[in-house]
Amino acid sequence: MLEILLDATVRAGTPILFATLGAIINERAGIINLGIEGLMLIGALSGFAATFVSGNLLFGVIAAFIAAFLAGSIHALICVQLRGNQIVSGLALTMFGVGSTALFGRGMVGQTIDGFERHAVPLLSQLPVVGKAFFHQDWLIYFSFLLVVKIWFFFYHTRWGLALRTVGENPAAADACGIPVNLYRFLAIACGSGFVGIGGAYLSLASTPMWIENMSAGRGWIAVALVIFAGWSSVRALFGAYLFGGITAMQLRFQAMGTTISAHILQMLPYFFTIVVLVISTLRLQKGASQQPGNLGLPYDREDRK
Amino acid sequence: MKKLLALLAILALLTACSSNEQKPDATAAKPATKPSAEKQIKAGFIYVGPVGDAGWTWAHDQGRIAMEKADYVQPSTFIESVPEGAESARVINGLVQKGHNLIFTTSFGFMDATLDVAAKNKDVVFMHCSGYKTAENVGTYFGRMYEPRYLAGIVAGKMSKSNVIGYVAAFPIPEVIRGINAFTLGVRSVNPKSEVKVVWTQTWFDPGVERDAADSLLDVGADVLTMHQDAPATLQAAEARGAYVIGYNSDMRKFAPNAFLTAPVWNWAAVYTKTAEEVKNGTWKSQQIWWGMKENLVQLAPFSDKVPQDVQKLVNEKRDAIIAGTLKPFSGPLKDQSGKEVVAAGTSIDDGALLGMNWFVEGVQGTIPK
Repeated sequence: MLEILLDATVRAGTPILFATLGAIINERAGIINLGIEGLMLIGALSGFAATFVSGNLLFGVIAAFIAAFLAGSIHALICVQLRGNQIVSGLALTMFGVGSTALFGRGMVGQTIDGFERHAVPLLSQLPVVGKAFFHQDWLIYFSFLLVVKIWFFFYHTRWGLALRTVGENPAAADACGIPVNLYRFLAIACGSGFVGIGGAYLSLASTPMWIENMSAGRGWIAVALVIFAGWSSVRALFGAYLFGGITAMQLRFQAMGTTISAHILQMLPYFFTIVVLVISTLRLQKGASQQPGNLGLPYDREDRK
Repeated sequence: MKKLLALLAILALLTACSSNEQKPDATAAKPATKPSAEKQIKAGFIYVGPVGDAGWTWAHDQGRIAMEKADYVQPSTFIESVPEGAESARVINGLVQKGHNLIFTTSFGFMDATLDVAAKNKDVVFMHCSGYKTAENVGTYFGRMYEPRYLAGIVAGKMSKSNVIGYVAAFPIPEVIRGINAFTLGVRSVNPKSEVKVVWTQTWFDPGVERDAADSLLDVGADVLTMHQDAPATLQAAEARGAYVIGYNSDMRKFAPNAFLTAPVWNWAAVYTKTAEEVKNGTWKSQQIWWGMKENLVQLAPFSDKVPQDVQKLVNEKRDAIIAGTLKPFSGPLKDQSGKEVVAAGTSIDDGALLGMNWFVEGVQGTIPK
């Protein structure tokens, strides 16, 4: 039973994980991105359409990344180049994503593709309990593991990662060090958006291989919240995303097993845990351990330096 | 600069609200000049979801397209993804202002807005789907979906080997509960040992959660699934795990070529075509339509070749009996989950009790959140 539950947890958590990782990259550069939901849909549709036309899942994933990268570039242009309001631009991006995918996705509704299949990792998939859940999955899930480690390594063990974090903390100081602030911010937004797009593609290529309007159904907003309680850390994002996926999977399974606990209580659990985790992370914040990038949400203008 | 950007963003938001109007097309197959003596129907539709949902709204749109085939019907207008509640009145009013004389509002939540607009526009005919309030120029329409659900239950009961059948359900409201009960009665009429397990998703539309709910039912041994949801995710779950599945809303067999058995489906064209004709002839009167298989508003989709001939024959006989009025799915003796007899032998539940149904029949495993 635990094995099945863990497996469902990983599968439900993966799209949220990709989206959260993308959002973390954005915010580490000091840019709030509320367009995650729209970017997921753009990724989901582009990924599905490319796979449908080419019959190749890898093309689908690449197309999802590129489409979301380009859409994210609009946000980057407004926030970095034009120093516009990040909240408004992000919300507009979500609306744009919802509307444009609805329009361009018309022809894809009702089409079918062969989605990602599971591949067992030799030896590791034989492990008790965790074996099946973590090492008998599809390629995108393995890629998400890799991405968590890569992002952690990038932020804390590379010069570019350090530079990017500096840009988010204090762009003026970064600028003084000769770091091209705008370039870093632009690339962080666009690449982060690309990973969000892959999260959307996970929905349309792996978990439910089809395209339906609005199929992300609010997962982008969960990712936006998860960034905060993951404390802008890719490793904690993994736990956050699985926590969310796991609680949903758990309450559905309790119902299927015929427990007598009221469905209302079970359905309340994800939100209850959100509150608990937010309380814990706020308490941690009061102890002065805030991970929030110092310049989050503020545009940077060299001329305005104080 | 910032103000300009904010303005641009607001414009983007406004244009993102999806409104889709079909412009009269000069190249359409219909003759450009129509007999002027006949009253022309210009119909408008308010949809709660996107036409691309492959389910509820899509089925309504198929009905709209079928209605347009009549030569006294002008190209119709539809507005999709309209939020329920007070805001919808503005959208409905917009259709009236543009000269539509027949308006269909296709979700329960449009009820009060429809009546408000109708009270100020007595020359326009309104039809509201699934509601209970009417007016002089407002009628309602809905279908007895429980009839084909009962038939689908017979198919499921015959096809199940494990005697566990899974039901992915959206919200615990009478419409959904009625469907689960009728389905279970169908199952148990041919397979009294079997049980129908219910999982509530508390959402009409979330493919990921629907898929997960379906998987959770397969995990506890269900070998036939069905659902009351708007997305076809349950079908994909059954296909991936080699189980059987019964769809809903529209014929979704494309999503599960091996698992699909049949599906209770809507045929809204039955209402739309008839209403347009009545309005044209001036014979339309406000009434509450609750049609079943007899009037062809609800149907059972054609069987897949996985359903054996003898089962098909049995279901077709039962269908004919329902159409003839000799078989009523909710006739006694009926017991509830606790085994208490609720409907005595020889009687059947009246329409009022059906519309407010809030209890499960014997054989359903699951609870109705109170």
